[in-house]
Amino acid sequence: MKILTANRLTDGIAVWYADGGWAETVDHADLAHDKAAEDRLEAIGAKAYADNEVVDVNLIDADVVNGAVEPVRLREKIRAAGPTIRNDLGKQAAHAA
Amino acid sequence: MYRYDEFDHDFVQARVAEFSDQVQRRLAGEITEDQFRPLRLMNGVYLQLHAYMLRIAVPYGTLNGKQLRMLGHIARKYDKGYGHFTTRQNIQFNWPALSDIPAILADLASVEMHAIQTSGNCIRNVTADHFAGAAADEVADPRPYAEILRQWSSVHPEFSFLPRKFKIAVTGAERDRAAIQTHDIGLHLKKNAAGELGFAVYVGGGQGRTPMVARKIRDFLPEADLLSYCTAILRVYNLYGRRDNKYKARIKILVHETGVDEITRQVEAEWQELKDAELKLPAADIRAIEAYFAPPALTDRPEGDQAVKLARLDSKGFSQWLDQNVVTHRHPDYAAVTISLKGIGEVPGDASDSQMEAVADIAEKYAFDELRVSHEQNLILPHVARADLKAVYDALVDIGLATANSNLISDIISCPGLDYCALATARSIPIAQEISRRFASLERQREIGELKLKISGCINACGHHHVGHIGILGVEKKGSELYQVTLGGSADENTSVGEIIGRGFSSEEITDAIEQIVETYLGLRLNPQEKFIDAYRRVGPAPFKEALYAGEAKAA
Repeated sequence: MKILTANRLTDGIAVWYADGGWAETVDHADLAHDKAAEDRLEAIGAKAYADNEVVDVNLIDADVVNGAVEPVRLREKIRAAGPTIRNDLGKQAAHAA
Repeated sequence: MYRYDEFDHDFVQARVAEFSDQVQRRLAGEITEDQFRPLRLMNGVYLQLHAYMLRIAVPYGTLNGKQLRMLGHIARKYDKGYGHFTTRQNIQFNWPALSDIPAILADLASVEMHAIQTSGNCIRNVTADHFAGAAADEVADPRPYAEILRQWSSVHPEFSFLPRKFKIAVTGAERDRAAIQTHDIGLHLKKNAAGELGFAVYVGGGQGRTPMVARKIRDFLPEADLLSYCTAILRVYNLYGRRDNKYKARIKILVHETGVDEITRQVEAEWQELKDAELKLPAADIRAIEAYFAPPALTDRPEGDQAVKLARLDSKGFSQWLDQNVVTHRHPDYAAVTISLKGIGEVPGDASDSQMEAVADIAEKYAFDELRVSHEQNLILPHVARADLKAVYDALVDIGLATANSNLISDIISCPGLDYCALATARSIPIAQEISRRFASLERQREIGELKLKISGCINACGHHHVGHIGILGVEKKGSELYQVTLGGSADENTSVGEIIGRGFSSEEITDAIEQIVETYLGLRLNPQEKFIDAYRRVGPAPFKEALYAGEAKAA
């Protein structure tokens, strides 16, 4: 399965495409289960890039774990959570608080 | 220290205005990312995993209190309360919004700082010995020459689009603390038999995926010829350096593929065309720049000896810190102090906003308002009266920056790694933290003695692992982090590239492996004075391989 991710142009914050917009957390990212869905996500990413909403657009591998979307690669897990050495920073900070 | 003249002020202000306009146009959608990317990189703005990153130049690692306080202010106002000092004597902020960058650059310009040429295929920040101007063993302060190089290389029209980035380092002492042999150009400031100043010139050092030790192409270059000779080197590189493959584009590859004799011949031939023209440095100009770096008026403070003696009796912590983090100054009543940014279990090179402000206060009060960033990711107070050392120590204890581990195993260089960096393949900071905690006992660290451990989270080697006595390289293998160990590297006047010792280790195994290496060294050293690197050079890799892998061979 694939999900669409990028960084927001204005502040560089990592975002994931979910429910028709760009979410700051990965949990509910739109999943592509087949090639057609991947193409659809890719087109959305290309348009958002062209519209100067986001940069560094990528389709990445993801799984569903306990009902939440999770990236597969460690790099993307860290992007989705924040630095592993500072639980008070990044997306994970909301849970830590 | 150097003060901007009118030209510098105008130049930096013009760049702030230009880049601010480019940022506004980008945010308004008037220029595309493809158009903007090279522009932002020229101004130190990267995109990392979580956010943008801004790299700010600290020319030759020299700062004053006002500047460090401004960095603290930026950390608090625009970032997340901390900054990361780098192996190139710069500082990076990990979370700035693009929309805030113009305001940050304006704040920096107000204290004569900027982020120009901290990225891109140009001549980067010129680095220097962090004890420059203070070291007892130096021939002369190398920073005036670094400043001359900075002025010459800033938006140099011929050298702004090189095949690849270009790094120059300068040292003024025989004992090389600036790692000049790992740079594209390394300059060793020295005196000839007639007592004149000049440079031994090294070319083609570098780390990354193809580590190379620089080759000496000239034993003595008169100081007046600094710019013409560097121009000759850059011209040869710009003309013949490879542009077909970014991994083969550094000058080290050109030197290696062409051969040092032929490169020397080409550089010397080019130099003959340049040496007696407008690039010749008038002595008066050199002395004028030198005047900016005039040492502070160090009045005699002979009471220091007695004060230090008494304070030692009073505080074991102070005594240990004195032995480890304080080095001899050219003035006997003074010392140079290393402020360790490597507290046990902390992130190497990170400092909080309030720590930066407090260190700025200490520098202003006790250190003639002078600070340095070392390439080993620590801060330095180059001139402190010995009589004031206890007060400085107490102030550092208050802010958690008095760890007495300079040059010990927990004084680790580490790149940001996969916790922040878009290029990284593995994490490096958590490995540094775990090793630091494992060797937390300062008593044990002192027993081990000088040991430079350096960690990179990818083959680009920002953490200098190739030249660590013990180097660790994190890679990704089958989706997991794997750590390769190299031994025997060194970045001083006897620079060497470490050798890979064998198969890599998982993140769970790596700290045990490092401990095994250290225990092996302790078991085989001739005496406590034989340092790790000397013992390794004497015995080679075999005993370490045996200790790490013998069990496996038998099991197989």
